[in-house]
Amino acid sequence: MKFSGEFTLYTITSYQKEIGKIDFSKVKTVDFDLEDVVYFDTAASIFINSTVKEFNEKKISSNILTTDKDILDTLELVQISKKTSKPLPKKAKRTLLEILGQTTYFYYNGFLAFMAFIGKLFATKLSYLSNINNIRFKEIAFEMNESAIKALGIIALTSFLIGLVVAYQSAFQLKIYGANIFIVDMLGISMLRELAPLMTAVVIAGRSGSSFTAQIGAMKITEELDAMRTMGFDPYLFLVIPRIIALMIMMPILIFVADIMGVFGGLIVASVDLGISPQLFLERFNDVVAAKHFFIGIAKGPFFAFLIASIGVYRGLMVKDDTQSIGFNTTKSVVEAIFAVIVCDAIFSILFTNLGI
Amino acid sequence: MSTIIKVNNLKTVLDDRVIHDGLNLTIKQGEIYGLLGPSGCGKTTLLREMVMLQDFHSGSIEILGQNIGNIKHKQAQKLRREWGVLFQAGALFSSLNIKENISLPLIEYTDLSKKMIDEIVEFKINLVGLKSEDALLYPSQISGGMKKKSALARALAMDPKLLFLDEPTSGLDPISAREFDSLILKLRKLLGLSIVMVSHDLQSIHDTLDSVAIIDEKKIVYEGDLSDIKNSDSKFIQTFFKGAN
Repeated sequence: MKFSGEFTLYTITSYQKEIGKIDFSKVKTVDFDLEDVVYFDTAASIFINSTVKEFNEKKISSNILTTDKDILDTLELVQISKKTSKPLPKKAKRTLLEILGQTTYFYYNGFLAFMAFIGKLFATKLSYLSNINNIRFKEIAFEMNESAIKALGIIALTSFLIGLVVAYQSAFQLKIYGANIFIVDMLGISMLRELAPLMTAVVIAGRSGSSFTAQIGAMKITEELDAMRTMGFDPYLFLVIPRIIALMIMMPILIFVADIMGVFGGLIVASVDLGISPQLFLERFNDVVAAKHFFIGIAKGPFFAFLIASIGVYRGLMVKDDTQSIGFNTTKSVVEAIFAVIVCDAIFSILFTNLGI
Repeated sequence: MSTIIKVNNLKTVLDDRVIHDGLNLTIKQGEIYGLLGPSGCGKTTLLREMVMLQDFHSGSIEILGQNIGNIKHKQAQKLRREWGVLFQAGALFSSLNIKENISLPLIEYTDLSKKMIDEIVEFKINLVGLKSEDALLYPSQISGGMKKKSALARALAMDPKLLFLDEPTSGLDPISAREFDSLILKLRKLLGLSIVMVSHDLQSIHDTLDSVAIIDEKKIVYEGDLSDIKNSDSKFIQTFFKGAN
């Protein structure tokens, strides 16, 4: 076999095809003539080596004919490395059962880790609250502004629109029965008791919970959290608890704003579409909507806030040392927070109804 | 010289991989001690274990006479004030400027007046070779070399006895790297520090270290000073120090 010209990565395949066409069944010896090769790279060297090995297995002896020192060196380099290297490991295939088991275990561990986080949170929080000097008013105030006060606009707008839409849709139905005035009962109770707290929680989870995750996650990647620990600052005290407390304080206030705006939206629809004057609307509102609905809605606030903030922060702490994991955990934090809020709301709903409140 | 860190029969397991097995080393007071080894051998892991960021499996680590394996929270907090740590990328708090970064431990742990803290910060900034004008810049606004210097100033804020450096010269250009080396030597002389560092930078290793530990194959394969390191038969050492003088 005579090779000439450049023998590299780009020419190997054509040689391979040529060699494949040859019938070696009666051949005893093969000479590889590399005299005319002008350029010879390591890939070619690997190719020659494995071809020689193949021939050896078929009991065909081979000679390499060349005087070029570079080529001989390249061949030798490949042979030496072949001796010491092991073949690359193959990726293990997993059966369905293994996948199921591993996934279940993964989620089980995730659940345990979250429980450990909550436990640590309460353990730290108790000792934290025992001394007033420990409370970081500056951080809490900063977080209140960042994650709640700056969200007032969007929450006001969202709940106004929700009030508008709910009133508009029910107005259409109520008109059929001539029960126009009942819009007040319906809107008042649903807004104060359920919709305003829930909408506020969803907006805050999407807006502030996700930002907790991203902030803390980024701090983890840049080793800022490690730096804090080595300096003896507990990240729970500095980062986690201020955020949770700030949100727990602000959530009822946000819900209050959402209540006002939602009812205001309903009031507009009632006066435009149903001919109920704002005065009549408010009088009726005063008569039929008991204060307990308002208080129930407000009381849900701190619970929702705790869930959103703790899930957001927990997801932030779960971030690994790569940027992809920030995205993953931020998504998780929003989804899990909204889910947790809805579950919590369902529990409250059953609880309060059964208690007769 | 008294012993400042003693690691005894340390074993570390991460996931399913054994990182260290039966690792022993002793670091004396006042020396600059280097941890070297091929990548993935667990140098940084060892450093993180020493500063209590990571748990180890078995064995013991004793720092400044305290066994950190079963240390109480209060003592751990006290110990943390006696050392400074410089992370690879600096790990300055991104929401605080340089001055606030350096003064943070002083504000949290001492009852010094604002004026006094400002003076200390000014001194530390000057000590590490930064300019006072830069004090109000944020970490995102400064260069890599300045970040390392600021992080070093923060690590030195509480006047620690012990300094941990994780690849102090990585990511610096050769000139800044040499400057950083001489800075470390100067600080050791001025402040009587003991320094433990992980490094890959040959020049820096030769210029600064008093003794080294080479980690390979989960153990220390060499511990001692640099002069007779070439007589060691470890493959890593032969490759790493080949041609160096």
